[in-house]
Amino acid sequence: MYVAVKGGERAIDNAHAWLAEDRRGDPEVPELSVAQIREQMRLAVNRVMAEGSLYDPDLAALAIKQSRGDLIEAIFLIRAYRTTLPRFGGSRPVDTGTMACDRRISATFKDAPGGQVLGPTFDYTHRLLDFKLAAEGTVPPAPTADPLPETAPHIMGFLDREGLIQSEPEGPDTPPDLTRSPLELPAERALRLQALARGDEGFLLGLAYSTQRGYARNHAFVAELRIGTVAVEMDIPELGFAIEIGEMTLTECETVNQFTGSKTEPAQFTRGYGLVFGMSERKALSMALVDRALRWKELGEDDSGAPAQNAEFVLYHSDNIQATGFLEHIKLPHYVDFQSELELVRKLRAQTAAGGVTATATAAQDCETGS
Amino acid sequence: MSLLAKAPEDGLARLWSAAGPEPAHRVLRAPETGAVMVRGRAGAVGAAFNLGEMTVTRCSVRLEDGTVGHGYVQGRSKAKAMTAALVDALMQTAAAPVLEQQLLQPLRAALAEAAAARSARAAATKVDFFTMVRGED
Repeated sequence: MYVAVKGGERAIDNAHAWLAEDRRGDPEVPELSVAQIREQMRLAVNRVMAEGSLYDPDLAALAIKQSRGDLIEAIFLIRAYRTTLPRFGGSRPVDTGTMACDRRISATFKDAPGGQVLGPTFDYTHRLLDFKLAAEGTVPPAPTADPLPETAPHIMGFLDREGLIQSEPEGPDTPPDLTRSPLELPAERALRLQALARGDEGFLLGLAYSTQRGYARNHAFVAELRIGTVAVEMDIPELGFAIEIGEMTLTECETVNQFTGSKTEPAQFTRGYGLVFGMSERKALSMALVDRALRWKELGEDDSGAPAQNAEFVLYHSDNIQATGFLEHIKLPHYVDFQSELELVRKLRAQTAAGGVTATATAAQDCETGS
Repeated sequence: MSLLAKAPEDGLARLWSAAGPEPAHRVLRAPETGAVMVRGRAGAVGAAFNLGEMTVTRCSVRLEDGTVGHGYVQGRSKAKAMTAALVDALMQTAAAPVLEQQLLQPLRAALAEAAAARSARAAATKVDFFTMVRGED
């Protein structure tokens, strides 16, 4: 039951004023600019864009500044903002085969055509704190070599020459959109991928890790991980043809899993797929592993009861804004609800004291706990 | 139009103001910021899915001679969308060769240079493997 109450307005205003002051921190320390966050906290910006589901680095940097670095709060701000934008349409599917790669690695094929390109990676660093960064200084320019060919072919294409890779079925030009109609089950793969692409990195990481530890038979190899820039094309109605409306950095992960065959499919390698805004390698890997685990039914595998195989569990709990909205609402005033709980507990204790144990169930049924 | 959509805002503004005074025009559709749903393909080659949205600003103008121009640019800059629409219109007029030389070519060159610089850094991180000892020996 909801009861409207008034009051606390002055306290709220003052709390927000203090929040603004606290956000600024020590005024002796120079203020962060949005451009500084965009350029120097780039992976945080990428996460906010991916899970906020809106590619706009300046907005994501602003959200991070406003949220004092609380990335889920920043994602919340971006999600709220995107609901105010009119939808101009949908792009053509981006062609990641034409990506200008900053990074492209394969854990399965050492001599992948096009080569292994490490890019600006944390891999192979020693994870020792670099105290030189505590002092300001200029960074020497990175070494260069003759530019790579403009595009590099997908490594999966080479693996597929023998026909050992499960093929990807075609789908409709306009895929289902969970921002336009509620996510209902069973959810087809396009909807699952949309949900995973905007899902919480930590939640997907935990699920992906669970598949590696044996909760769902899912031993994945990384066929290819690539990060780089792709053009976004859209058909413009007033022109009657497609133009590039921009470009974006994406991280793409393709995994292969051994598959011994089922009633419907021969022995082959199956695929998991991750595609994420920005440079978000951990998220793309996690997405690919969870995508593969969720495909058990279409591949005729057994349901081992693992959490990562349960589409309802995964898809209904992967959105951190839904999750935090419901979780955090319990800290907001529930005085009246709790009064009824209090009444019930007092009543039960009084009955127990009087020896009337059988009345407990009836009293519990009387109590309607809404919130 | 594709070039204008991707060009950096300050670079475009600088070249545009250097290219001469803004032509007389009427605004058919005032600059408006919205979102475009960006799609990917499952497994890079399969069925399309919705990856997430990006911000886009669009605008339409008509020059005095009746030529209509449209601008669609990434991001939220209304000024950039307006410039893109005007350039699109002018590129359909006799001003096209001059504009191509003064505005589009420098933009194209700047984008190509930036892409080549990234690619050169990526190339320097390409791995050269050499086998030290084979397992079966």
